[in-house]
Amino acid sequence: MSEYVIEMLGITKIFPGIRANDDVTLLLKKGEIHALLGENGAGKSTLMSVLFGMYQPEAGVIKKDGKPVKINDPNDATALGIGMVHQHFKLVEVFSVLDNIILGAEDTHLGFLKRDAARKKVLELSEKYGMRVDPDALIEDISVGMQQRVEILKMLYRDNEILILDEPTAVLTPQEIDELMEIMRSFAAEGKSILFITHKLNEIMAVADRCTVLRKGRCVGTVDVASTTKEELSRMMVGREVNFSVEKAPARIGDTVLKVEGVTVPSRTHKKNAVSDVSFEVHAGEIVCLAGIEGNGQTEFVAALTGLEKMSGGKITLNGKDISHASIRERSIDGMSHIPEDRHKHGLVLDYTLEENMVLQRYWEPEFQRHGFIRRDKVRAYAQRLIKQYDVRSGEGPQTITRSMSGGNQQKAIVARELDKESNLLVAVQPTRGLDVGAIEYIHKQIVRERDAGKAVLLVSLELDEVMNLSDRILVMYEGRITGEFDPKKATVQELGLYMAGAKRQDGRTGK
Amino acid sequence: MLIFADILSSTILFAVPLLLVALGGMFSERSGIINIALEGIMIIGALMSCLFLRAMDLNGWGALHPQLAVFLSILVAALSGAVFSMLLAFASVHLKANQTIGGTALNMLAPAFAIVLTWAIQGQGQTTIVIPKWVRITSEASQDVFFNRLIFKSLYLTTLVAIVLFIASVILLYKTRLGLRLRACGEHPQAADSAGINVYKMRYIGVFISGLLGGVGGLAFTVAAGSGFQSQVAGYGFLALAVMIFGNWKPLNILGASLFFAFFKILASYSGSISFLPDFEGVKSSEYIYLMLPYIVTMIVLVLTSKKSRAPKAEGIPYDKGSR
Amino acid sequence: MKNILQKRGVISLLGSLISILAGFLLGFVLLLVINPSHALSGFENMLLNGARDLSKFGKVLYTAAPLLMTGLSVGFAFKTGLFNIGATGQYTVGAFFALTAAIQFQMPWYVCILAAMIGGAIWGAIPGFFKAYFNVNEVIAAIMFNWIGLFSVNLALNNMPMMLANAWKQPVKDRTGSLGLANPDAILPKLGLDEVLGSYMNIGIFIAILFAIVAWIILSKTTFGYELKACGYNRNASLYAGINDKRNIVLSMAISGAFAGIGGAIYYLSGTAQFTIVKTLVNMGFNGIPVALLASSNPIGIIFSALFVSYIQVGGETLQPEYAKEIIDIIIAAIIYLSAFALLVQNGIARLFNRSRDAVSVRKEGK
Repeated sequence: MSEYVIEMLGITKIFPGIRANDDVTLLLKKGEIHALLGENGAGKSTLMSVLFGMYQPEAGVIKKDGKPVKINDPNDATALGIGMVHQHFKLVEVFSVLDNIILGAEDTHLGFLKRDAARKKVLELSEKYGMRVDPDALIEDISVGMQQRVEILKMLYRDNEILILDEPTAVLTPQEIDELMEIMRSFAAEGKSILFITHKLNEIMAVADRCTVLRKGRCVGTVDVASTTKEELSRMMVGREVNFSVEKAPARIGDTVLKVEGVTVPSRTHKKNAVSDVSFEVHAGEIVCLAGIEGNGQTEFVAALTGLEKMSGGKITLNGKDISHASIRERSIDGMSHIPEDRHKHGLVLDYTLEENMVLQRYWEPEFQRHGFIRRDKVRAYAQRLIKQYDVRSGEGPQTITRSMSGGNQQKAIVARELDKESNLLVAVQPTRGLDVGAIEYIHKQIVRERDAGKAVLLVSLELDEVMNLSDRILVMYEGRITGEFDPKKATVQELGLYMAGAKRQDGRTGK
Repeated sequence: MLIFADILSSTILFAVPLLLVALGGMFSERSGIINIALEGIMIIGALMSCLFLRAMDLNGWGALHPQLAVFLSILVAALSGAVFSMLLAFASVHLKANQTIGGTALNMLAPAFAIVLTWAIQGQGQTTIVIPKWVRITSEASQDVFFNRLIFKSLYLTTLVAIVLFIASVILLYKTRLGLRLRACGEHPQAADSAGINVYKMRYIGVFISGLLGGVGGLAFTVAAGSGFQSQVAGYGFLALAVMIFGNWKPLNILGASLFFAFFKILASYSGSISFLPDFEGVKSSEYIYLMLPYIVTMIVLVLTSKKSRAPKAEGIPYDKGSR
Repeated sequence: MKNILQKRGVISLLGSLISILAGFLLGFVLLLVINPSHALSGFENMLLNGARDLSKFGKVLYTAAPLLMTGLSVGFAFKTGLFNIGATGQYTVGAFFALTAAIQFQMPWYVCILAAMIGGAIWGAIPGFFKAYFNVNEVIAAIMFNWIGLFSVNLALNNMPMMLANAWKQPVKDRTGSLGLANPDAILPKLGLDEVLGSYMNIGIFIAILFAIVAWIILSKTTFGYELKACGYNRNASLYAGINDKRNIVLSMAISGAFAGIGGAIYYLSGTAQFTIVKTLVNMGFNGIPVALLASSNPIGIIFSALFVSYIQVGGETLQPEYAKEIIDIIIAAIIYLSAFALLVQNGIARLFNRSRDAVSVRKEGK
């Protein structure tokens, strides 16, 4: 018997133009929790997708228990006892929990599903590991944490011995993370081996036995967690010392720019309100952060604030003007900039050229049109200036089709467009999602600069690190309400977590 | 009272092709492929099966074993529809072409092909393939009794087969492994893929089933229309699409929707003989008001139900296994 | 970067040419299979008939005009992300409006065209309205309104005795009166062109080309076109940009319908055609779909694809009686089916170019 259950030796995976994995080696021991650390784009997910049979590597060998194996598709992986929970859950929303668990591994009699037997097995498993689920609930009706349980049960249902978890903590509260780690430890104690993708050092220190670090597709090394430090790991991850905190001067707070009073937004999916009675102010020269777990009304609140969605009650005042019922364009003219949550859904018309996207909200201004005709030359000159000033890289400059640009540069284009606009309120929703450290640092600096220039900034973020480092004031949102207000210099992550999970709330924040 | 037996009987007769074809569309869309080519599939199914019936009539075998011949022609319709639908599957699954464009091309191809082939076989200008008389199931029982009239006024084997196919569709979609996997591919192909399901294969199967049902639907339409095969199905393929949406991609609702639509369609032909229906005095050719009725009513229902309407989430989007 | 653009153009042209050649090859094989003895002469006639003499060419231009308009109708909607399968209904309603203006109200031809524009626009706007405000799929709504339009027109004509041919010294009443008898002023001017290009010829084709240019200018030069295309490509992003997407969907369908309506006017104001009351949808409206698809919905391209389709259709008429002229439709369908792949090949090549360039820029960032 080999010492390792899984050996990935010299794996190279090439996508057109990119070496996502370059000669990577990863060795997994039986019964260990093995962290895979790296920045966004370092090739962690690609490597795990290779192990799970989603991609075929150009070079390299995979061994299971010392014997070379060929994993052509997820079926092969399942047959070898390998299971994976993807970062974006692979669950069919309109299916029941049970149907999702059995999908692809159905027991049948003459082609007919044996749902009763499957239900029994699922209930047994959830009993055994203390992961309570309702097999008949629809996925769209249950919480994100519950959905993750379904994903884990999927692996257990298939009797997987090697469990891959891709960024499993991103969607959880600190308390839920603790629970998950407990479950991971109990799996390892049973002899299951766990591969755990993350870029959060604290979690590695807390739960992992060993850690393999990837950087730009290459393997930097594997270390024993017990004999290393966070600083050491971070140096391995980014190749240089990282300044974790954003440098910024104390805030010089000015007049009220945004005033939100009792804003209520009905939900599209259920009968309750997605946002209930939210009130706060943002002043010039400060960064206020709206923190919370995904799905607690932040998206709906921003939609109402920016005019994408109608609110059912409350009042929004921008620079002293009531904009509660103003159109999106009126809000934009009145000084609101908006870096949207989903750059592909809202932020860009991907089939337009970069220059066309650079004037997405301003094409109608006299600068860019005359008598209804677009002034191409002005648009191009403007785009060229932004491209240069904000270092947006693309193949054909202003005429590049936006779809062909990298995610980081697409985001930079949006940031450039929104920051360059005449505005005094910047609404930035997860502005650094999916970007690498360099781009994150850059965007953070830009946001702080806007603050120092006297703009009011409302930042909506799911990343607690970003929240703690960037904001001057923190508001926690839970189930559509603001449940707490904090000074980042005084609050701890643990305390925030309790509020984010709804375990605590400050009295008097929301009266009703 | 007998007139109501007639109306009911005709309603069922015309609901059958709508039901079959809409169920076909449902299987295709539930697997993720928008099948706008249903019209063309119907035409090909009807063409091939009518040519088969014609051949059986000419050689005399059909008159001797009428219902066996009809049963075989149904198989011919199903298979030819399915084979033709593979053109759509190939374009949209493997080549990831725009599904609307591919479907439109096939809708254009089918009637042209039917006319060319009918000419080539029957001779110049002979564009109608006549349906043999023995296709209809007749009974000696008196036509003056309500139930006899209802059942035997215009009974074809296609109606009975449609009932079987409907039940089979419900079971296939909800109770079997294939149905579960098919639905997963139309909702969330990435999830299906990561569960080890071959999305391409499932989509081929979905389109194939729609071809089978669409082909039979084409034959069912032609026997219902009653004037032989004339290289067209009067837009029933598109109507079936509307019925499918109206039925919210669910078999039971689709059954209801097709009966509903067929009833209003039939009403037009009986508008003169039903005393309590308004006859719009002073308006010439008021039949057109009744002819419009099914479309107007369907529009109203679509507006009323559009909030609840829920298309398969991934329909129309080509699935790219290698995409990141 | 210019050479890549050029390459892209070359690739796309090559792809279309291959599809067209393959389509004709298929047509030839069909001719061979059905009746080998006439295949070669039939094929030759099909390819060359449209250019045999000036009157034949006049016929090509004459049929191309309404085709161009319905093609424009479908193409304009496509560019803004909508599939207008309702061109046939809009064409019918447009024709009805034009003929009503011509016969009932004795208006000159340009007023009739304006009337058709309005009729088509209304009939296009309705499905657009249902799409925008009630979220009803525009394809389904348009199909419903094709039939509603057809039957409404039939109903109206039957109740307007002055419109029918028997009011104008013709023995039939299942069609509208001949314009030559009812109102010669409503017939499109021929400007003497008919003396050179045959009796069919009128200014219809020039009107159609004019509208194609208008469509092109709207789509590629104006802020309105910018908004329409943004809605078509990404409705959410257009909303974010402050564009009124619902209004634009209705407007886009109205413009698209207006084009189809004008097509109906051009056809029935020629003086040769009379609108016949039947219970089936008019094919001309559906024929706009292949015309638009062949040109990838580019308005200028649609001018040429309409001429091409019309040319081989005129050629196809010579196939009879040995063959059914629908062989032409098979060829066109095959070309569209194949060109769907050609597009794919182009995109694939273009993507390869972009990816490799993107990768280079990613590496630069890394350093």
